[in-house]
Amino acid sequence: MSETTAAPAHQFETLEQQREAATLGMWIFLATEVLFFGGLFMGYTFVRWSYPEVFEQASHRLDATIGGVNTAVLLLSSLTMALAVKSAQLGKRNALVAFLSLTALLGILFLGFKAIEYHGDYVDHIVPGIPSYHFEGPSAPQAELFFWIYFAMTGLHAIHVTVGIIVIAIMAALAWRRSFSPEHYMPIEVTGLYWHFVDIVWVFLFPLLYLVGHR
Amino acid sequence: MIPLPTQFYIKICAALLALLALTWGLAYIDLGSWNLGIAMGVSIVKAVLIMLFFMHVRYSSRLIQLVACAGFFWLLILLSLAMSDYRSRGWIPTRRPDLTQSDR
Amino acid sequence: MNAIELEPSPALQEEEPGNYLSESHTVASWLLTTDHKRIGILYLYSILFFFIIASFAAATMRLELLNPQGSLVLSETYNKLFTIHGVLMVWFFLIPSIPAVLGNFTIPMMIGARDVAFPRLNLLSWYIFIGGGLFALYSIVSGGVDTGWTFYTPFSSTYSNTHVIAMAAGVFVAGFSTIITGLNFMVTIHKMRAPGLTWFRLPLFIWSLYSTSLIMVLATPVLAITLALLSLERFWGIGIFDPKLGGDPVLFQHLFWFYSHPAVYIMILPGMGVISEIIPCFARKRIFGYYFVAFSSVAIAVLGFLVWGHHMFVSSQSVYAGLIFSLLSFIVSVPSAIKVFNWTATLYKGSISFETPMLYAFGFIGLFTIGGLTGLFLASLGADVHLHDTYFVIAHFHYIMVGGMVMAFMGGLHYWWPKITGRMYPEFMGKIAALVTFIGFNLTFFPQFLLGYLGMPRRYHTYPPEFQIFHILSTAGASILGVGYLLPLIYFIYSLRYGKKAGPNPWRATGLEWQTSSPPPKDNFLRTPVVKRAPYDYSPFEEEHPQNV
Repeated sequence: MSETTAAPAHQFETLEQQREAATLGMWIFLATEVLFFGGLFMGYTFVRWSYPEVFEQASHRLDATIGGVNTAVLLLSSLTMALAVKSAQLGKRNALVAFLSLTALLGILFLGFKAIEYHGDYVDHIVPGIPSYHFEGPSAPQAELFFWIYFAMTGLHAIHVTVGIIVIAIMAALAWRRSFSPEHYMPIEVTGLYWHFVDIVWVFLFPLLYLVGHR
Repeated sequence: MIPLPTQFYIKICAALLALLALTWGLAYIDLGSWNLGIAMGVSIVKAVLIMLFFMHVRYSSRLIQLVACAGFFWLLILLSLAMSDYRSRGWIPTRRPDLTQSDR
Repeated sequence: MNAIELEPSPALQEEEPGNYLSESHTVASWLLTTDHKRIGILYLYSILFFFIIASFAAATMRLELLNPQGSLVLSETYNKLFTIHGVLMVWFFLIPSIPAVLGNFTIPMMIGARDVAFPRLNLLSWYIFIGGGLFALYSIVSGGVDTGWTFYTPFSSTYSNTHVIAMAAGVFVAGFSTIITGLNFMVTIHKMRAPGLTWFRLPLFIWSLYSTSLIMVLATPVLAITLALLSLERFWGIGIFDPKLGGDPVLFQHLFWFYSHPAVYIMILPGMGVISEIIPCFARKRIFGYYFVAFSSVAIAVLGFLVWGHHMFVSSQSVYAGLIFSLLSFIVSVPSAIKVFNWTATLYKGSISFETPMLYAFGFIGLFTIGGLTGLFLASLGADVHLHDTYFVIAHFHYIMVGGMVMAFMGGLHYWWPKITGRMYPEFMGKIAALVTFIGFNLTFFPQFLLGYLGMPRRYHTYPPEFQIFHILSTAGASILGVGYLLPLIYFIYSLRYGKKAGPNPWRATGLEWQTSSPPPKDNFLRTPVVKRAPYDYSPFEEEHPQNV
């Protein structure tokens, strides 16, 4: 996908056509991702509508502080990603590598906080499906369903973050090797679109999972 | 498209972080059923800011703008029509109301 | 090329220089190809394989149903047979059929491009398809699945003792193949049209494949996540589909049908596109109502997402929701009807000839219309209470899928066979096979309308003795239908070696794919074409044959 020369791939007539095709392709892919996560949002909507109080109760057991910090981390990473794309547009290799690396690091920080948070959930007995799970209350099964939804949605999101970090790291390495130029930086742009999307998903997940009702 | 000024990106990020603080703060106030609506509204504003300015949708072709909205629109179809089923189930009695559960 | 005129040689096409088949013969050149034409052929072999397995399952079922006691196989086996038949036919035959075979082959040529937008993704989609198929095959050989292709909960999530997760994994993986194909097609059609090829100069096959791709990319992800949730429910008992744990089995149905209803439009729109190509060519007349046909494809794609609840009228869905879904289902039939009217109007005052592709097209129009009309019966809330889960439903969708889509696939295969292989199939045998298929199909499935109306449930292998005559007729029809499918298999293979060599445009059709050689060169065209004319620019018979006037 990344070229060291400025010639378009053989099926394209011009670099411009190739760039437009790649951008459109990534946007269509992101639309599919909205619907992929969307199925989980549908499940969430149904369960929350059915059992609003239990949902709220269970949600308050989550660590909203780490969740909030993680949201800030991802928002900052979107900034660094946008600045990386700008550096690519301007042909500034060092800035490009730096911003890509920073984005990847913030992504790793997100995953790190996530790991700490999951561990905290385990210690707190709210990881379902394992013997240590324990929740008191009349609607215990429905609460457990909340936690399943929580782990399914954040887990799927974390997988997407991981893939994003790997791709960004690869882009950073390619950028270091001078693979990009102001005429050809489309892979960076397209990676950026993916990363921002991952951020948007979290922007919705955070209030929906951590801030149900009021605390 | 011409690269946007760095200051502009930073301002957008600052706005996003401010909105995050707003979401956080509102979660500590009891607004009843409005908690969900306002939280979602703020999330939508954040998402729109990210899409318009970080993902450059503001400066993209009509086609891209259409595709950018399409996924969310289609998700809305799923959510609204499916929930319309659940929410309207009680509206028409489907059994004779004089019969009780045990009479079935 | 040689300056000397050569006699047509019976040897394989590879002896002629410069086409996509002859440029390399190694296994690696096929398995690592990024040429959309070769990838289309890879898909052709793959779907044929799954079609054969699924047909064996159907044949066994039809044999089982010959007598009312159902003594050939156990109930559990019968359940596995109809599940395998459904899963393989839907996901591993019908959905990829026209798009991944004929679409892959023709789309770049029809728009004057060298290849699709993302050729390596195209190859990846085939490998992903094969991967999904391997999961499905594993599920079959380790004992199969008995849930039906619809995987309804709670049976599939809690009570079934069969390899549900393996089969669900197969479909999950194959779904990504579909998404990639759809994405590729959309970007290709948007961005790679030749100069002068505006949207309204595109062949209608492209419009219908574009609409199909729209559905593929928007609906399939929901199926994927639904099957993932089903697997989690089955493996860990998470409870999302279990009322005791806070979930709802009908939630599965909402999620499943949100995909699966649009999926049936994935399984018919490409067929409609093929018919839109064949009819103008063999009526020698411009399509009537081009804009209507083009927009109706998009309308079907969009409206098709709004009707899924008509599969759930008796599943405890609210009556209000049922009302809305029923109304929308009636509305979605309108664009399909518009197409039928436009094809018919194209025939009027046309100069009609009855080559094999046209025979299949005629079959399509009649049988799809019957299938579509019977869909309206099912869309009516009251009638559906009686007809739901009966053989009426089975007959309805087989009229559309087999009488419609498979006939369109056969028609398209015959139509483009000369372009794909450089050889003509034997025309007389083609006509015979089309006729045998038509007769066999009607004998198989018409009795099933009657069976369903009289109350025979679907997915049952025992029944009251008064239904036996219908089942016997149906099984007899199935054997004839089988012959109708076997014949092309034989003569297509025969034609590869002994078929008459085809020139670039044996049908004198319009369309860019006919402006290049048969088989085409690797890059499709020697020079990028420039389009100046409207599509379907067929001249009347008198102009083409002045001496006959």
